[in-house]
Amino acid sequence: MQATPEFAELRSRLRRFVFPMSAAFMLWYLAYVLLASYAPEFMGIPVLGNINVGIVVGLLQFVTTFAITGLYVRYADAQLDPVAESIRTRMEGS
Amino acid sequence: MSLLAQEVPAADQIGNPVLNITVFAAFVLVTLVVVLRVGRTNRTASDYYAAGRSFTGPQNGVAIAGDYLSAASFLGIAGAIAVTGYDGFLYSIGFLVAWLVALLLVAELLRNTGRFTMGDVLSFRMRQRPVRAAAATSTLVVSFFYLLAQMAGAGALIALLLQIPNSDTLGQGIVIAVVGVLMIVYVLVGGMKGTTWVQIIKAGLLLVGAATLTTWVLGRYAFDLSALLGDAVEANPSMQTSSGAVKELGERLLIPGLKYGASDLAKIDFLSLGLALVLGTAGLPHILMRFYTVPNAKEARRSVVWAIWLIGIFYLFSLVLGYGAAALVPGGAQRISTAPGGTNSAAPLLAYQLGGEVLLGIISAIAFATILAVVAGLTITASASFAHDVYANVLKRGAVAPDAEVRVARRTALLVGVVAVGAGILARNQNVAFLVALAFAVAASANLPTILYSLFWKRFSTTGALCSIYGGLGISVALIVLSPAVSGSPTAMVPSLDFAVFPLANPGLVSIPASFLLGFLGTLLGRKDEHAAARHAEMEVRALTGAGSEKAAAPETTPLPRVMV
Repeated sequence: MQATPEFAELRSRLRRFVFPMSAAFMLWYLAYVLLASYAPEFMGIPVLGNINVGIVVGLLQFVTTFAITGLYVRYADAQLDPVAESIRTRMEGS
Repeated sequence: MSLLAQEVPAADQIGNPVLNITVFAAFVLVTLVVVLRVGRTNRTASDYYAAGRSFTGPQNGVAIAGDYLSAASFLGIAGAIAVTGYDGFLYSIGFLVAWLVALLLVAELLRNTGRFTMGDVLSFRMRQRPVRAAAATSTLVVSFFYLLAQMAGAGALIALLLQIPNSDTLGQGIVIAVVGVLMIVYVLVGGMKGTTWVQIIKAGLLLVGAATLTTWVLGRYAFDLSALLGDAVEANPSMQTSSGAVKELGERLLIPGLKYGASDLAKIDFLSLGLALVLGTAGLPHILMRFYTVPNAKEARRSVVWAIWLIGIFYLFSLVLGYGAAALVPGGAQRISTAPGGTNSAAPLLAYQLGGEVLLGIISAIAFATILAVVAGLTITASASFAHDVYANVLKRGAVAPDAEVRVARRTALLVGVVAVGAGILARNQNVAFLVALAFAVAASANLPTILYSLFWKRFSTTGALCSIYGGLGISVALIVLSPAVSGSPTAMVPSLDFAVFPLANPGLVSIPASFLLGFLGTLLGRKDEHAAARHAEMEVRALTGAGSEKAAAPETTPLPRVMV
């Protein structure tokens, strides 16, 4: 089964999404941590009243986490589940 | 400003211990009834370890949030924000972003390939006995560090709520022992199903409690976050540290660096912590085990999605609670850091300030319930790993009846409970968030590299797995022992000695890459496993499609269609 084109397609669809996405959020998180350690003055620039760049960038980490979660669920529902489902029923049904 | 500490009475007694105990007793009673009811259906190993795989994604998601939002999240982060400002917020971001690793790379594949423990996943295509022994060792070590953190949190709470001072070892010891006994009852009677329900109830209470406090704090400032931050800055111009030096706070509460930014070394230490936080979650054994309580990979995905939303919202609350405590508690950061229980007392003190004894009682009971539930989750994980991996598969080579295995698991749970009580009494005054960060560092070093290699790297072998687990575990534990967290500084566990040759408090920056490297080298240099290609092919198909994976064992409670095998 591992050698079939259908399975190869499933694997490549999974990897095509999760690897770049993982790299992206890790880089964004590390950039944030580095900014916090090495550029506190930048993080301290006021944006709105007492809310500064640091608070805004920190909250943006929350926003991107929620967004990536949503994107992955949509991708998995549309691109991964149907293929996995069809392979599984074929293997278990026979 | 140094007078501030003296203005507050030394004992700083607040609240009504009788009321606190009553609210907590009500929680214990309700959860015990639930545990007794569901405990009756515990028959097979699958029931005990994985709740018969009968939970839905949303239910399990709430339970994951319950398992994850430990005392470190509720007490530790709010306290860290109140006293060190922005740097406390950084903790919560690491804890949250980490869930993307679990969602994208680990949860579903793990659900499909394993049955009860991390050892199941590794042994799928490797030599059973050595990898199971290794996986169980790291599970037990990580669970121990995490237990230590929770029990330390329990000690801090007791000091604050029951007005038993830290000097009264016997009094605190008795209360910690009561916590231990309750948790053993939950685990023995309820198994995974009972424990999961305790987590769900607790997570609900915790979220409602935190939401109430948050709304209350923001309400004071007409829902203007900027005004709240401004007040926190104004109320805390400076504070006196435990060593007597005066630290400037004020505006610095809102920018990073108060805790970590002092020197180049501190910056590197923070990087190390950040790495451990983000890579540790998906290696925590008690979190991994939760993925097995759902019937299939899609439900595992749904549980992580629910968990991410609940955990994210909770951390947004804790941001408000932390700055709220700094702004509203009379005496601010100074009083919080010197109160019994130290920085962990920020949230309870804030509750007292807002709603008096009653709100304090409720919030304390929730915090206590949090510790109880997380400790129960850790205990069941440790006992499952020992009974399933070490006893059944390493010692008895798989020739063991399932009920004998569950019997061993129950006995292990008892032993873990006793160890937890003992360790809890010893670790009472450590900051919980810091202790949890150490648990994360060990999990990120020993478990995560091995899991990722095993799921995504075809060549990965038994030798590689042993190198990455034992190597990651050994390096991270050794570096912690040699770090300034254990000796050589006034805030260390053993301040009187100095053997701190490793400069960082958190070992992640060194131990995580080292573990990845060791796994890689071990695979290239070690000998190949027999039938490696065929086993890998089978594992990969199962991981991605779920074909042949363990199905729900209790169809009567699972409304999902069963696939014919």
